[in-house]
Amino acid sequence: MKEFFLGRLTSQSLPHEWFTIGGSAFFGLAALFFIVLLTVTKRWKWLWKEWLTSVDPKRIGIMYFIVAGFMLIARGGLEALMMWLQQAIGSSNMPGFLGASHGYLSSQHFQEIFTAHGNIMVFFVAMGFIFGLINYIVPLQIGARDLASPFLNTLGFWLYVAGVVMVNMFFFFGGEYAATGWLAVAPLNGIQFSPGVGMDYLIWSLQISGIGTTLGAINFIMTILKMRSPGMGLWKMPAFTWGSLCSMIMAVTIFPLLTATLFLVFFDRYFGTHFFTTTLGGNAMMYTNLIWMWGHPEVYVLVLPAYGVFTEIVATFSRKPIASYTTSIIGMIGVSLFALSVWLHHFFTMGAGADVNAFFGLMTMIIAVPTTVLVFTWIATMHKGRIRYTSPMHWFLGFMIIFALGGITGVMLGVPPADFQFHNSLFLVAHFHSNVIGGVLFGVFAGITYWFPKMAGFRLNERFGKYAFWCWMVGFSLSFIPMYILGLMGATRRLDTYDAATGWQPFYICMLIGGCVIALGVAFQIIQIIASVMEKKRLHDYTGDPWDGRTLEWSVSSPAPAYNFTTIPHVTTRDAFWEMKKQGIAKPQYEDIHMPKNTASGIYISIFAFFAGFGFVWHITWMAIAGVAGAIVCAIIRTFDENTEYTIPAAEVEKMEKARLQKEHEEYGDKPANTGPEYDMTLREFIITVVTWAWSVVRRKQRQA
Amino acid sequence: MTKPKKQKSKLRGPVPYIVLWVVVLTALFSALLWGTNVKVLNPHGLIATHQLSLIIFSVVVLMVIAVPSLFLFYYFAWKYRETNTKVAHESENHHGKWWVFWVWAIPCAIMLIMSVVMWIATHKLDPMRAIASKNKTLHVQVIALRWKWLFIYPDQGIATVNFLQAPVNTPIEFDLTADETPMSSFWLPNWGGQLYAMTGHSNRLNLMPTTKGDFTGASAEINGAGFDGMKFTARASSQADFNKWVTQTQQSPNILDWVEYQKLLQPSENNVAAFYSSTAPDMYDNVLMKYMGSHNMGAHSTEHE
Repeated sequence: MKEFFLGRLTSQSLPHEWFTIGGSAFFGLAALFFIVLLTVTKRWKWLWKEWLTSVDPKRIGIMYFIVAGFMLIARGGLEALMMWLQQAIGSSNMPGFLGASHGYLSSQHFQEIFTAHGNIMVFFVAMGFIFGLINYIVPLQIGARDLASPFLNTLGFWLYVAGVVMVNMFFFFGGEYAATGWLAVAPLNGIQFSPGVGMDYLIWSLQISGIGTTLGAINFIMTILKMRSPGMGLWKMPAFTWGSLCSMIMAVTIFPLLTATLFLVFFDRYFGTHFFTTTLGGNAMMYTNLIWMWGHPEVYVLVLPAYGVFTEIVATFSRKPIASYTTSIIGMIGVSLFALSVWLHHFFTMGAGADVNAFFGLMTMIIAVPTTVLVFTWIATMHKGRIRYTSPMHWFLGFMIIFALGGITGVMLGVPPADFQFHNSLFLVAHFHSNVIGGVLFGVFAGITYWFPKMAGFRLNERFGKYAFWCWMVGFSLSFIPMYILGLMGATRRLDTYDAATGWQPFYICMLIGGCVIALGVAFQIIQIIASVMEKKRLHDYTGDPWDGRTLEWSVSSPAPAYNFTTIPHVTTRDAFWEMKKQGIAKPQYEDIHMPKNTASGIYISIFAFFAGFGFVWHITWMAIAGVAGAIVCAIIRTFDENTEYTIPAAEVEKMEKARLQKEHEEYGDKPANTGPEYDMTLREFIITVVTWAWSVVRRKQRQA
Repeated sequence: MTKPKKQKSKLRGPVPYIVLWVVVLTALFSALLWGTNVKVLNPHGLIATHQLSLIIFSVVVLMVIAVPSLFLFYYFAWKYRETNTKVAHESENHHGKWWVFWVWAIPCAIMLIMSVVMWIATHKLDPMRAIASKNKTLHVQVIALRWKWLFIYPDQGIATVNFLQAPVNTPIEFDLTADETPMSSFWLPNWGGQLYAMTGHSNRLNLMPTTKGDFTGASAEINGAGFDGMKFTARASSQADFNKWVTQTQQSPNILDWVEYQKLLQPSENNVAAFYSSTAPDMYDNVLMKYMGSHNMGAHSTEHE
């Protein structure tokens, strides 16, 4: 009976190790803090109505940023530091100069950490940030008021959140995560070698969020193809929208493959089938094949929007159009097409034979061409431009050298006989971190800084942005260049201990130092946001166009109104807003606006999906069945809801617009003279302000006492 | 907060500092690397030597495109800064009509060179390809176990765990498989690149040591808790020393029969070297056949006598 209700859950599954107790205490206290905060400030209704059930892609975009940023700091980044610390002190057998030590983590725990690090950074940090950017910016760039399917979008977001919760559940129940590496290769992922629930948590967190990605991607393809404002042909779309379109088409192509593969692993583990097992005709190599058929394009799903971000930034801050728009767009399309045909280079070493390896080596060489072409268009865009060194531009200039390193090593890895020496070594790890940090994360940071005024209504403190950039740049070099060297020295990835006689320890210590510098960079990013909020009045974006932008998102006020555009713009050229500025902006013509209604269906479906996953993890059959059925029923109920839109009449729009302008004027007054970056708060002023404030709070408390 | 704070970097921008940082890093890591043993860059085997020249070749070719591109990138980023009044700033692109052609042609040319070399090298350095030599090829059968390497010398009749000895300048033909172990990767960087060892599957890897000495090999692919300790020593010696060692090992009291094999099959971590004077007949083939559908279906029944 107990087994029927609780499956395999026992009291043993509850937290009892330092990290599970710590993790669950952290998440528990954080949740408690927010519950108390919301209750005291009476914000529950506001949160539910304005944010959680919102179908506004701008709101959803910001929620993606919050969740992804939280996962970056609380999980992914912390895990990176934990691994580096372990490796810095894990020189066993012979005393290194820090003494013989096996570090502070067990092998199993270390392996769980790097597995979780990979899953979280790819699925819940990088994907979250990219989806956040796409959500906020794409509708504004194409001149749309909302999305083709706002409901699919919120469902995608909430499934992503369900995945995030699932990936953290092991702190509370089970105490173990998969120890298999982020792609969980077979047969290590099977019940024979990974009998615990950790692997099931991996399957279900990726499965649920992966389905969310597919749905979100479908919505964005439809939005970009069907919702563009009149006159904006495909070849007039901004580069970021193009990058997003390529990325989303790839996501729709590959994520169903991930879903299917994960289902097969789940069948193997749950029902005892033999798709990827070692025995009874199972084929582990097929898993490697399938997972990389998804896994390689996935990296390009992440990096294509980042290419788009950089293309926008370099054009804006060089005050020039993109050099040969057509070339750079064809470059992006080329990347996305070839990205689907290179996956085998992840396992040249499996022994497929020279012909197969050479073919995929060739495809890998080919994909380097459109990427190089993109770099050339960036160079040509800067040529004879008028370059402003803003902080987004800093990220772009730093990105180039790291990305070049990642690109060069990528081609080196694409040569099969050379790959036999690089594969599974730290050289490989350094290579993909160059691309994922240098390309994707720097792109995301550049994009967030660039579009922050549009999202928040005020720009970010430039000074701290640059500090953060330099910390990331220096920290990255100190932690990943030694990694390249270690790979050449024969260090395989995923080692928790190594012989001190190898002479690797100084490099591992250097990596730890680099990690700490990156952590400092993250601290500066947090300070940057706090300092900017403190100076929000001075940093206010009065015009909606703080950078002298070129594309439509800068034509609306900052932050963008819920309906984005009071008047749908008519586009005649590329860089539509630049053209409008030259010709003079037309007066707004007010019209009736149709807007989607908020819905909580996405939340309900995701809650059911989460419980379905949890039921499967713990073999609680009733919960799994109820979860699946509940999600399906909720989705069906939603389809009968025909009352999903509302209309704001033209007169109302006009009233709202005027009220908004007046309110802004009352609040901020005329544009002051000291808005330039040279007036931005310095670190010293920040510390003084914070200390003074804290002191005044203490004084007030004392006086009250 | 009304006074402008001086912000030098606004004038000068990040470009000189990025360049400076690249120079500092190059100096720093060259100094750190001085005299350290970088295995891939210090090959002691024929294949590793070929692989290294291939790596050096690809670096050189890629530098031909990367260095000028990066130079232009940072040079333009510096030269066309807003505050530079000495250059003409334009607001439109005027890059002649051949420009787009070169943008595509240059990377295509570089990648064509890379592809041709890659195609030839991939076939020439195919791990399955036997190495031509006047010396007779040594056969070694490798079974990846949790978490140790079992080496069987079928011609000599001996077997070892986590220790491999071979005469220099003699081609070695490794047959790789695994038993009750997740995918593992057999990597001996000083001799040459890696190949996977997988259950029910035999992979062939040809290597040839060219210098005497002791080298470390490992499993490069994660395969469970004892993964970090799954290392072995590979000793390249003279033919005479090798013969002596074989004779010595043949006198070892340990015998690797199926009972002893069952013990090896149990997971164990950080194993020390072990030597067996003889093995059960066709051990490698039997281990391989264990995973062939019709022969034997259970993962846990390994008795083949």
